[in-house]
Amino acid sequence: MSGAVTQNRAGRPALAEPLWVKALVMLAALGFLGFFILLPLAGVFTEALRRGLSTYWEALVEPDAFAAIKLTLLVAIIAVPANMVFGIAAAWAITKHKFPGKSLLLTLIDLPFSVSPVISGLVYVLLFGAHGLVGPWLRDHGIQIVFAVPGLVLATMFVTFPFVARELIPLMQAQGSDEEEAAITLGASGWQTFRRVTLPNIRWGLLYGVLLCNARAMGEFGAVSVVSGHIRGETNTMPLHVEILYNEYNFVAAFAVASMLAILALVTLLAKSLLEWRHGAELAATTRRH
Amino acid sequence: MTGRSFFSVFPRRDRSIIPGFGLTLGITLFYLTIIVLIPLAALALRPTDLGFSGFVAAVTQPRVLAALKLSFTTAFFAAAINAVFGLAVAWMLVRYEFPGKKVVDAIVDLPFALPTAVAGIALTSLYAPNGWIGQYLDPLGIKVAFTPLGIVVALTFIGLPFVVRTVQPVLEELDTELEEAAACLGATRLETFIRVIFPVILPALMTGFAMALARAVGEYGSVIFIAGNMPMVSEITPLLIVIKLEQFDYAGAAAIGVAMLLISFIMLLVINLLQRWSRRWAGI
Repeated sequence: MSGAVTQNRAGRPALAEPLWVKALVMLAALGFLGFFILLPLAGVFTEALRRGLSTYWEALVEPDAFAAIKLTLLVAIIAVPANMVFGIAAAWAITKHKFPGKSLLLTLIDLPFSVSPVISGLVYVLLFGAHGLVGPWLRDHGIQIVFAVPGLVLATMFVTFPFVARELIPLMQAQGSDEEEAAITLGASGWQTFRRVTLPNIRWGLLYGVLLCNARAMGEFGAVSVVSGHIRGETNTMPLHVEILYNEYNFVAAFAVASMLAILALVTLLAKSLLEWRHGAELAATTRRH
Repeated sequence: MTGRSFFSVFPRRDRSIIPGFGLTLGITLFYLTIIVLIPLAALALRPTDLGFSGFVAAVTQPRVLAALKLSFTTAFFAAAINAVFGLAVAWMLVRYEFPGKKVVDAIVDLPFALPTAVAGIALTSLYAPNGWIGQYLDPLGIKVAFTPLGIVVALTFIGLPFVVRTVQPVLEELDTELEEAAACLGATRLETFIRVIFPVILPALMTGFAMALARAVGEYGSVIFIAGNMPMVSEITPLLIVIKLEQFDYAGAAAIGVAMLLISFIMLLVINLLQRWSRRWAGI
């Protein structure tokens, strides 16, 4: 009798679509992904290798490109650990303690995600630029923030601000504080508790957050574009260098640098997927699909 | 520890025996203030130079209005395309089995990971009149690159994961018993989808749509390459802010920035309401 439930008169399972509907949905979905994801990705590498491997290589080791790669790494090396420390601190304060205004704090931490990248750069120009609030004071003291490396670091910190905290907060909330309380009761210090109890519990989630934070930090364009001033070899990160080369019609070089960033994105996706497959249970449920 | 001395001014409701409250909250508030709050305050205060009427005048210039209108219409169409095809992708990933499914699932997040400038030049080269796709569209008289249509393409790319990633978990949680009941009672598959499945996923679909829209309105990197950037025609709002900055019109740039920020806040509010609605609806 169960046949009546699971199959309809056409003889296919009741919870399946007709074959042509399934084919149509698959075609629409795969076609969409093909046009909007695979083709652009393939295009980057094809354009980059259009003149062969040696031209590709030259474009990457050319001094300005090399300076851009170094600057991108420098910015990420400062911004990502800073956001990591902040993310851990924020998650500890929010999940292990009770205090008034917690939900407001959560909203404020999320704020940079809903701000346009251009505005994320604009705020620092308005603050530190020549006509900014503290700009004249900085100039008198010989401190350059906007159109220099500190501005790039600040803008990158702003746009990647929530990544680690957003991963750790739901994760640590779900894990609760019982283990930490036990450790403290047994005489461990706060730091020992964090290192021996909390950190092993959150390591994969932390890695996940840092990974996404790093990808964004190295790839950010809008915010750093506003504060960079586009000084070749000095304040050009890799994405900005791509823009300059492209606007100079040096397409092969532009796509060569772009292909490095595309590889970074693919490696990030691969590492992220591996984390989800292997350690899915140790990641925050709400951000696993993000 | 530091908790009592540092924050003793606050009513102490913390009964946790875990130390480090003052230290961690101190770091959090300090960093938040320096990186986010003070800079955003600098933006919010800047247009006060102009006064209220000056602010209104700055954001109602024809060029600014044209940019705002363009940003919102292109973002709306891109989000709508994503709602339709994102639903198809989510459905495929949850309900169908096929080889390479895990890879397809992973690759959906590419727009989150790929730098926007890379996406911008890649899409431009595809849709330029001599590009892989453009060469077939050009003879038909369809111009994508350097027109508002190109902006829609770029915004569709960057908004792609939102709808998929909001609808997918709801579809996974969806109890097939309801569908079985509908089928038992004689509903066709189409009726089951329209009357049983769709109402449950609608809030998630709208949340994804709103998130894609919010992201698309502020997008800059992927758009400026493909847009053509003609004033009044294909100049998006974030680009106009950059142009005002380059002309040292700080107050004008800040005024547009504040207007955009206000709009983002309203959209964020709507997204939060939608999410609350969808959580209640799905019973999660």
